[in-house]
Amino acid sequence: MEFSGIPLKKLRAAFFDFTSCEGCQLQILNHEKNLPDFLSLIEIVNFREISSDKRDDYEIAFIEGAVSRKDQIDRLKDIRKKAKLVVSLGTCACYGGVNAIKNNFSIESMVDEVYKENKPETIPVQKISEIISVDLEIPGCPVSKIELEYIILCLALGSVIEKKKYPVCIECKQNMNHCFIDKGSLCFGAITRAGCDSICVNGGLPCYGCRGPSASVNWMSLKNILIDKGITEEEILEKLSLFNSLNEVIKDEN
Amino acid sequence: MKIDMNINISHLARVEGHGDIHIQVKDGQLVDAKWSVVETPRFFEVMLKNKSLDMAPLIVSRICGICSISHTIASIRAIENALLITPPEKAQKLRLLALYGEILQSHSLHFFFLAMPDFYNSHSAISLMKTKGEIYEAALRIRGCANFICDIIGGRSTHPVSFCIGGIAKTPNIEEYTYLAENLSKIVADLEFAAETSLSLQMPSFERETEFVSLKGETNYQLIGGSLMSSDGVEKIENEYLAMTNEYTVDFSTSKHARLSRDSFAVGPLARFNNNYEFLHPEAKKEAEKFNLKPINYNPFNNNLVRIVECFHVLYKSIHLIEQLIEDKSKDIVSEYSVFEAEGIGAIEAPRGILYHHYQINKKGKIEKANCVIPTTQNNGNIHHDLSFLVKQELSANKNDKNITHLCEMLVRSYDPCISCSVH
Ligand code: SF4
Ligand code: SF4
Ligand code: SF4
Repeated sequence: MEFSGIPLKKLRAAFFDFTSCEGCQLQILNHEKNLPDFLSLIEIVNFREISSDKRDDYEIAFIEGAVSRKDQIDRLKDIRKKAKLVVSLGTCACYGGVNAIKNNFSIESMVDEVYKENKPETIPVQKISEIISVDLEIPGCPVSKIELEYIILCLALGSVIEKKKYPVCIECKQNMNHCFIDKGSLCFGAITRAGCDSICVNGGLPCYGCRGPSASVNWMSLKNILIDKGITEEEILEKLSLFNSLNEVIKDEN
Repeated sequence: MKIDMNINISHLARVEGHGDIHIQVKDGQLVDAKWSVVETPRFFEVMLKNKSLDMAPLIVSRICGICSISHTIASIRAIENALLITPPEKAQKLRLLALYGEILQSHSLHFFFLAMPDFYNSHSAISLMKTKGEIYEAALRIRGCANFICDIIGGRSTHPVSFCIGGIAKTPNIEEYTYLAENLSKIVADLEFAAETSLSLQMPSFERETEFVSLKGETNYQLIGGSLMSSDGVEKIENEYLAMTNEYTVDFSTSKHARLSRDSFAVGPLARFNNNYEFLHPEAKKEAEKFNLKPINYNPFNNNLVRIVECFHVLYKSIHLIEQLIEDKSKDIVSEYSVFEAEGIGAIEAPRGILYHHYQINKKGKIEKANCVIPTTQNNGNIHHDLSFLVKQELSANKNDKNITHLCEMLVRSYDPCISCSVH
């Protein structure tokens, strides 16, 4: 088998979904232009959303979603045993993502509010690496399909995956967007890892940091700039909690 | 034949999310047939509490990766209805165009990738691609173009970034419109080819009379807002959605069920088709005639074919809408608004059926309380009841458990359930 003329070894891959919106898995099917080519890179042996084939002889397991129920813990541990390489796919898997907003509420009151009877079991949201060891993280809500293809190609080739070290601001400047911070609004692009081509800012939204921290961040200095612009601490915290992807940097520097 | 059967399908494949089918037959008699959703709840309604209004559409978009545009638009509409905001006409047109794009994207994903393998006894589109290459080339071009609409209008096809309260943050330029229009015209042939091939797909024969719920077309095949209707004659305004949904919990499913005039009702492509047939684009009607489909149709498997019919509808409507947008030189795309204590409901037709978002907003402009009613939640009861009927029908035709399993799976899939959505 070849991809663009390079001989490749076909990796056996499985895709598993935990607590998520399945939007990251969808990015694989959204490779309309070269899906057959892309699929020739890997042998998909388990991908419930698109196939009723189910095999356990996978080498790489892609995990989408976070953990939010007890039985998922055993399922994850079982996958870890079978896979040589475990990849967290998307912000939910890498950081808890939007799901983790839930952790600001008490489980009991939450269940009571939504279910009057037949109450389901649920636990606080945990990212995958809190349960098992993870070999590679691909954050993004959703993951960038271009980046995903690049990473899978690297895995198939056995070549080194180079993650961008610089922040989203660099891409944003290249795209010549009018900076949110200059306009007096909040944006976390300065501390967030690039690789999405600043897609949110291009479209009209600030960067809320879904891809996690860039290589070196100075949270305190960004925070001071935001406060200087008149943004309240409350707003900063609310916006940080959208993806829960920058928790480590804020914790370290606070 | 006095047979026993125990069919237990755990985590049904080729559907979004996790659901199980359980069928128990003893001495040739059906004892139990269950559609049981086992998805993990995520508690979106609670997560919205005390959130700023601009966060709400971003959060709820993550209810579903496949219909994130629908959730975003419904959420914004609920807020706009609460705060009495009328978005500029151009913004409304662009939202509608994005919704067309999402319907085309979602329907073609379902038809070609999730449903089609069933009709060729294949496990997945990945293997089917090898023998039905031509169809999949067409399918990929259709999906590519659909996602392209969503990318151009929404800034991103999954979890859009350009929709905002009051309107839309940006508009495409003339080159983008022209490029879009050209591409859409090109895929008409692809869709025709796909439809032609689909004529040979045999939908299982099955009928169960049910109630169909959708938005009510007045002059249009209504997709955003307006009144609510059921084929049993119930009519309500958007704000009275609770009287249409009547959600309740059951002990075998983490998703709620819903009912109206009967034990259950159906939403989605077939419901829209049955309720609003007269407003379909003439090219879509032509396609329906080829499939021999007329309202009122009670075979849920026909949801599959109606998806193709609706693809024709949204494709032609999109081409027309882009022509209008090219002519529309207005610069007004966002309405200003102020915040006060209020309550609002937004109803829209998502690809899988009618979707409601309902928010109470407090004086500080934060969400006090939220409720979202998802299409699949409304369909779950209907799927559940269909299963018993289908199994009984097949038992009396002496079908074996392999046939019955296959048909049950196909039945559930024909609703294209969005299970993680239904347990949001
Ligand atoms: S990271 Fe975002 S897109 Fe991916 S599964 Fe989670 S919510 Fe969906
Ligand atoms: S808008 Fe955000 S990402 Fe862009 S330059 Fe400004 S701070 Fe950086
Ligand atoms: S701009 Fe920020 S929030 Fe948007 S995709 Fe990139 S990293 Fe994520």
